[in-house]
Amino acid sequence: MKWRRRGAWLLALLVLIVLIGGLVWWNVGRNHQQPSSPAQRVADAAALRDPVWIKRGEYLATVGDCAACHTARGGRPYAGGRSLATPFGDVPAPNITPDPGTGIGQWSFDDFWRALHDGKGRQGELLYPVFSYTSFTKVTRDDALAIFAYLKSLPPVNQPDLPTGLDFPYSLRSSLLAWRALYFKPGVFQPDPAKSETWNRGAYLVQGLGHCNECHAARDSLGGIRKNQHLTGGQIPQLAWYAPDLSTQSGGGLAGWRAQDIVDLLKTGQSARGTAFGPMADVVRLSTQHMTEADLQAVATYLQSLPPPTPATSPAPFKRAASADRGGKLYAKNCADCHGMDGHGVAGIYPPLDGNTSVTEPTGINAIRSVLLGGFAPATAGNPTPYSMPPFAQQLNDDDIAALVNYIRQSWSNQAGAVQPAAVSQYRHTPVD
Amino acid sequence: MQQRVIACTSCHGAHGEGSPDNVLVPRLAGKPAGYLLQQLEYFQSGQRRHAPMEYVVRQLSPAYLGQIADYFSQQDLPYRRWPVPAVSVETMRRGEQLVLHGDPDRAVPSCVSCHGAKLTGVQPMMPGLAGLSYGYLSAQLVSWRSHTRAAEGPYCMGVVANRMRESDITAVSAFLASRNPLADMHPAPASAQTTPLPGWCVMGQSGVNP
Repeated sequence: MKWRRRGAWLLALLVLIVLIGGLVWWNVGRNHQQPSSPAQRVADAAALRDPVWIKRGEYLATVGDCAACHTARGGRPYAGGRSLATPFGDVPAPNITPDPGTGIGQWSFDDFWRALHDGKGRQGELLYPVFSYTSFTKVTRDDALAIFAYLKSLPPVNQPDLPTGLDFPYSLRSSLLAWRALYFKPGVFQPDPAKSETWNRGAYLVQGLGHCNECHAARDSLGGIRKNQHLTGGQIPQLAWYAPDLSTQSGGGLAGWRAQDIVDLLKTGQSARGTAFGPMADVVRLSTQHMTEADLQAVATYLQSLPPPTPATSPAPFKRAASADRGGKLYAKNCADCHGMDGHGVAGIYPPLDGNTSVTEPTGINAIRSVLLGGFAPATAGNPTPYSMPPFAQQLNDDDIAALVNYIRQSWSNQAGAVQPAAVSQYRHTPVD
Repeated sequence: MQQRVIACTSCHGAHGEGSPDNVLVPRLAGKPAGYLLQQLEYFQSGQRRHAPMEYVVRQLSPAYLGQIADYFSQQDLPYRRWPVPAVSVETMRRGEQLVLHGDPDRAVPSCVSCHGAKLTGVQPMMPGLAGLSYGYLSAQLVSWRSHTRAAEGPYCMGVVANRMRESDITAVSAFLASRNPLADMHPAPASAQTTPLPGWCVMGQSGVNP
């Protein structure tokens, strides 16, 4: 009891210090904000009315997948209201249609730039990094202007923002000061002159607007991403899917993927090496399938240049799980018709399981949930009537699914760790947002 | 198409004839295409809630949903009989009364006034009630009351379900499920559609008990 009271005092003190520091820093920070020059503002205003800029902004907003978060399920596009779950509480995405009362109707481009580039709201308040300004800060001023022009061209929707549901002390925006010092470095993407134009375009898209790293890297207990973990894969907080490492080098999550495989997956939702599912299926359907061939090739070029992952210090010796034999019988009965006894799948229809990163990723979550949930590959212009997989949640118990998953994770060339029935039980819920 | 929609048929039966062992998984075969498409869209938007269905339809385009709805509406298979819970003669009589004539005192219309004179539905939007299980029918009426099933206005079924007594749900579901399949179970043509319940429904209002 005594310790708990002392802990509460310490926490209160800490919050006070952070609060005071925050206020000071906030004021100083505001004075450093460089507003656009009058001449610049005139040029910006012209761009905001220019259909060419608006069209370009529409494409860039699609590449950035802004609508995915800023649209409630069944709601008007960009009108906000989708609740984004974080380990610290729920943050509803705001309305970014140009409604003067409830949207960004009264925002200037300087306001928008400050949000995207500096992670600060219109009043200078610190924004929660569930809005991925850690990536968007790399977006160029012109691209931001085009996106802003597009958003301003949308039909205004009068829909007030929902209150945030963050727990104390995260509910205090000043608590973000320390977070930003640790994990956020503002700065537009700087091209590498030693690399090709295509590589630089790909790096810009992946690191900036595409904000791939926001899922494809592990987050620590404060929800931040360490600098040395760029695109090395990680479990997505709250969603409970694993976003794999994106290196195509030996030992990488996409080992052996050709540039065309990457382009195919992003363009159509499926490739010779795997099919998009879970949150990535959303990304393909809403965003990447609409990207130009040149941009997709650029992304592939950049991903192919990522270094191989540093191997774990002492990899555990591979040992086949005891349940894998039983899993083999279940596989032959339930899976082999489509994925084949050789685990090669059927080209263009069913993904291979042999060498599939979604099967072998470190946690086993993706394999467990794919077996539980089944479902369709995303319907895209390149694959308008995708094939599907049965959900096995209603047919197989936890032991069976663990055995089956262990079989596919440890057959053919796959040598991934075993999963336990308890993990299957943990992921039995069906994700619905 | 049969191979593409295996995510559907693994629960709803190889041709959408309904699950042989789960009364809550309904038949899809032969239902009006417009109705099937509307339900798929509702699962996508969240107006109808059932997590496994919501997950399965999430990645599909409007065009593909339409093709899937057409496919199942065209499946023509015999109907099966469902076990009916043991209910009293009075309950069964009350069910028959509600299904065929409604209850004017509670402002509850009859089922046949919308779902077709033979209760096999009406093209293109009105689902049949004949051939459905007691478990599925009663679960749907409860869903209408609790807003886990919804529709664009007029919110007829929400209003009607809320005007019914709980015991009426049992009575209606038991009577409907106890009827023998008819020789012709196809939905009635669109020309058989009556105007939607003049005087019964309030546009856009979810019903409260009168």
